[in-house]
Amino acid sequence: MPHIIPRPKLTFAEKMYLPAILGGLVITLRHFLRSLFGQTRITLQYPEQKWDENLPAHYRGAPTLVKDEWDRERCVACQLCEFICPPRAITITPGELPADSRWAKVEKYPEQFEIDMTRCIYCGMCEEVCPEQAIFLRKDYAITGLSRAEMVYDKKKLYEIGGVMDGLVNKWNDLK
Amino acid sequence: MDIWIYAIVSLVKTLTIIFVVVLPMVSYTVYAERRVSAFIQDRVGPNRVGIPLTLFGFKEDVKFHGLFQPFADALKLLLKEDFTPAHVNKFYYWLAPALAMIPSLLVLAVIPFGSTLDLDFLVTPVAKMLGFDFGLGPIPMVIADVDIGVLFIFAITSLGVYGITLAGWSSNSKYPFLGGIRSCSQMISYELAMGLSVVPVFLVVGTLNLSQIVEFQCANGWLVLPVWFHGLDWKQVALWVPLLISFVVFLIASFAETNRLPFDLPEAETELVGGYHTEYSSMKFALFFLGEYSAMIAASSVIVTLFLGGWHFPGIPDGSAGWFWGLANVVTFFAKVACVLFFFIWIRWTLPRFRYDQLMKIGWIYLFEIALVNILLTAGLLVAFS
Amino acid sequence: MSQPNPEIPMLNVQIDGTWHQFPKGTRVIEACRQAGKFIPHYCYHPRLSSPGNCRMCMVEMGMPRMTPDRKPVLGQDGRPEIAWMPRAQISCAQDVAEGMGVRTDSPMVRECRTGVMEFLLINHPLDCPICDQAGECRLQEFSVEFGRGGSRFLDEKVKKPKNVTLGPRVKLDDERCILCSRCIRFMKEVAKDDVLGFVDRGSFSTLTCHPDRMLDSNYSLNTVDLCPVGALTSSDFRFKMRVWFLKETRSICTGCATGCNTVIGSREHKLYRQTPRENDAVNQSWMCDAGRLDFQGIDSLARLAAPRMTVDGDRTTADWTEAIAAASEKLRGVAAGQLALIASARMTNEELFLASKLVRSLGVASEHVDVLPRTGEADGILLSADRNPNTRGALLAGIASSVPGSNLPAIAEGIRSGRIKGLLVLRENPADCGIPETDLAKLEAFVAVEMLDFSPLKHAHVVLPSAAFAEKRGSMVNGKGRLQRLNRAVNPPGLARDDWEILRDLLAAVDPATPAFPQIEDVFHDMAATIPAFAGLSLGKIGDAGLALNQP
Ligand code: SF4
Ligand code: SF4
Ligand code: SF4
Ligand code: SF4
Ligand code: FES
Repeated sequence: MPHIIPRPKLTFAEKMYLPAILGGLVITLRHFLRSLFGQTRITLQYPEQKWDENLPAHYRGAPTLVKDEWDRERCVACQLCEFICPPRAITITPGELPADSRWAKVEKYPEQFEIDMTRCIYCGMCEEVCPEQAIFLRKDYAITGLSRAEMVYDKKKLYEIGGVMDGLVNKWNDLK
Repeated sequence: MDIWIYAIVSLVKTLTIIFVVVLPMVSYTVYAERRVSAFIQDRVGPNRVGIPLTLFGFKEDVKFHGLFQPFADALKLLLKEDFTPAHVNKFYYWLAPALAMIPSLLVLAVIPFGSTLDLDFLVTPVAKMLGFDFGLGPIPMVIADVDIGVLFIFAITSLGVYGITLAGWSSNSKYPFLGGIRSCSQMISYELAMGLSVVPVFLVVGTLNLSQIVEFQCANGWLVLPVWFHGLDWKQVALWVPLLISFVVFLIASFAETNRLPFDLPEAETELVGGYHTEYSSMKFALFFLGEYSAMIAASSVIVTLFLGGWHFPGIPDGSAGWFWGLANVVTFFAKVACVLFFFIWIRWTLPRFRYDQLMKIGWIYLFEIALVNILLTAGLLVAFS
Repeated sequence: MSQPNPEIPMLNVQIDGTWHQFPKGTRVIEACRQAGKFIPHYCYHPRLSSPGNCRMCMVEMGMPRMTPDRKPVLGQDGRPEIAWMPRAQISCAQDVAEGMGVRTDSPMVRECRTGVMEFLLINHPLDCPICDQAGECRLQEFSVEFGRGGSRFLDEKVKKPKNVTLGPRVKLDDERCILCSRCIRFMKEVAKDDVLGFVDRGSFSTLTCHPDRMLDSNYSLNTVDLCPVGALTSSDFRFKMRVWFLKETRSICTGCATGCNTVIGSREHKLYRQTPRENDAVNQSWMCDAGRLDFQGIDSLARLAAPRMTVDGDRTTADWTEAIAAASEKLRGVAAGQLALIASARMTNEELFLASKLVRSLGVASEHVDVLPRTGEADGILLSADRNPNTRGALLAGIASSVPGSNLPAIAEGIRSGRIKGLLVLRENPADCGIPETDLAKLEAFVAVEMLDFSPLKHAHVVLPSAAFAEKRGSMVNGKGRLQRLNRAVNPPGLARDDWEILRDLLAAVDPATPAFPQIEDVFHDMAATIPAFAGLSLGKIGDAGLALNQP
């Protein structure tokens, strides 16, 4: 059934547009004057002023890898993040943990894990998809480099920014 | 006066107007546009570009509220890659930006931007030192004081549409093409209303010469504001009505003529990417930009001259009272132009864009008729008073 | 679909309310599949026996209601009325019967599936993030479709051995095993090597190998394909790449004259695995391990990546135009009677056909042309005694002598005695053909088209780098006379090119009068017009399953 929205009947004054235009002009002029005399201050002057301490917990900055409280790298190279990443920023080379490793039980780990920060769009999909809670978007947002190669972050760098994240996955400790 | 001296003085006036007044004014109108829009939208706008003293080893840059932004913009536009797409018609593609720019500058030739300026106190000593003995006398502050001033303006502004149409056509791409078509029909539609709307002014003033129109306003008060002095005469009040209507119609038509919001359909970004200049870059694009803003300045100047008393301001005598007052007149004129420009910008950041059919309807069904009836009204009043 | 055999009676079966006809002896699960109703299953495999031990394939079944005098009660539509059995039955171990009714999606059936799934997952480790099966795991798929969202199991899960080495190519994770016994049955029934079995009981049942044996059969990797979960994984493919990244290319194995149909899994021009593709006429659902892992050499460091020439004793890399020109010049510099050509029965029909044109253009004597035979022992399952995949193609193209390889001793002798001064070797190592390196050094013209760099090639005047089987298109004729297609899964490395392009360019350089072959389809077209066995065929007509040639 069509849903018909009747056009409002306009009075003559409304049809002339002019009152509405004047009303609009008054509004914009008010904003203009308030900004001009410094009563409105919304914009932060970025490099001088920062808002870092107010960033919310869910802020989506650089994606990074984290280790758990036993210094185990959480990532098991399942490559789900590589799959889900919309701009294909992630490249993983999976590998098998050596039998003498303390975490041999986990069997699999990423030999290489690279995120191309020039590609990343900070969507957070990788964090959401990760079954091991191994990848998190941290609060670093000023990510710059002088070359493309420099912007491809390797595993070492990702762990450096990521640090340690406690709790959550208990599958690989002996409690299981 | 010697014809040579006349030529030189004209040249000096032209160059001064273009390079000292109009181009800086264009740059700063752009700056103003950005700042005003920012303020209206509770933002900051460009506030950083100043003198980069740190480059020369100083501790801090001077920022001046971003007043040097236009220089940065100009530099950027000049240095950008001048890209000519392969599929364009080269000749017209190159011609179009110039055609868009020139008419709006030409218009300025007939605008009286001041009364007279007597510079003999400077010129005569210098001439004496060089061994001559002459003075220039009071120089009229208009480049070409022609009797058909207003017609000249209409003739020239209507050329501006060629630039845009050619740009749209020669780009050989759909968005510019649509933009070109739109601007063509828009300009034609509104030129009519515009032309008709100034007829009452001539009926009242009795001349097409812009300097004389300003002089008339000096004597009888501004056309839109005739109340200020000599007391009030009921005939004047009666005539004020059609002149006010004229003013409003002319104002709206000038918005459409200069492609400004709410009538910026030829370049409606949301629909047409960039409109007729989508395929342009670098300095060619800058020429369109310049053309657009100088058209705005030209339109403001015409409005000020025709309706807002030109260089006249109550209490300020004209140039015959001395060079200082002559200069004051010029300043008054440009101050008024600046106010009108502000109005242009203010409107742009207040109103949404019209739909194309609405635009055409307003032009042909309302403004055109109103202007027509207004002429009859004025004529009737004048006949009744005589 | 095969034609109905008039001797086998057709039976009427009602599936989800619709009546169908099936030949007697059809399994219920198979009948449902043919009727377009998929029944989830783990242990059932059409080519193996049905133990009926996973219980996933439950359906509701019924037989016609009978009057006391054993006549079916007919309903209003004239069809028998069905008396449904009160409990669900497994469909994989039951044949269809006249008047049988099947419900594949009733509430009871769905409840059964949910229940079975819940039991299967009780002790399952949920290793999906590191499990190679993830993405093609039946347990995952049916969990999504029939499983419960969460687990109600609160006890400790049973722990079993993980990461067990079952054999040289197969690893076992007992925790993931769902005890379907497919692997056991395959080894027993198809591979005829009964090494796998279950030990212990109940929740502790564990798959294991015979204590004195290893799972080292040449067919062991088929158990990895068969395993519906990630319990059996291939040591070769393990942890290399997730299956969902793999691009699948349908091709055939070139390990022997059987020509097993395969799917090649590659990602970003790197090969990761090869799995068998079902084809009743060739390999059913299996392939041997040797053929499956045959792709490993492709990434080898010895791959030739650019044409190479020897100019005044110095070896340099060259571009293709130079190299082809040099090769043709060298070959034409030798008198026709002093030329020999050794091709390979591993080349495709198209390549062999172009080679035969080359033989004619260069005027090589027919006793100076042959291929290198490779033989082994047939194992009675798939592996053929002829280890060359395209001997028949070589015979058809007239490149191989009627007893392949019989010309080789004469060629070797000719080179030693200096009677033969020019040699063109296509995809074979002259050393294998009985030509020692010292003799090769004597040749005035030695041109080789090859993929790997081996030592005799250092005597070659021109070496043209070519493509491996997974890098090329073309067709081959298997030992049973079946024409099948190869497809390109990855690009050859560097400047290396598809062999047929190399031969085409060489042919054009040697004999400017040859027609142009812009595409491999054009070569096939010309070949179909020349060789009667291929008459009327085209590459497109061969299809993914291949087709049997009329000629024996
Ligand atoms: S945040 Fe988004 S774009 Fe960035 S790496 Fe993760 S999935 Fe990719
Ligand atoms: S999804 Fe998590 S565990 Fe999987 S590869 Fe990415 S970071 Fe590693
Ligand atoms: S067998 Fe299937 S369900 Fe089990 S861990 Fe592997 S992928 Fe996951
Ligand atoms: S290893 Fe795989 S195929 Fe063998 S019984 Fe277990 S689940 Fe079945
Ligand atoms: S498939 Fe029928 S019981 Fe396993």
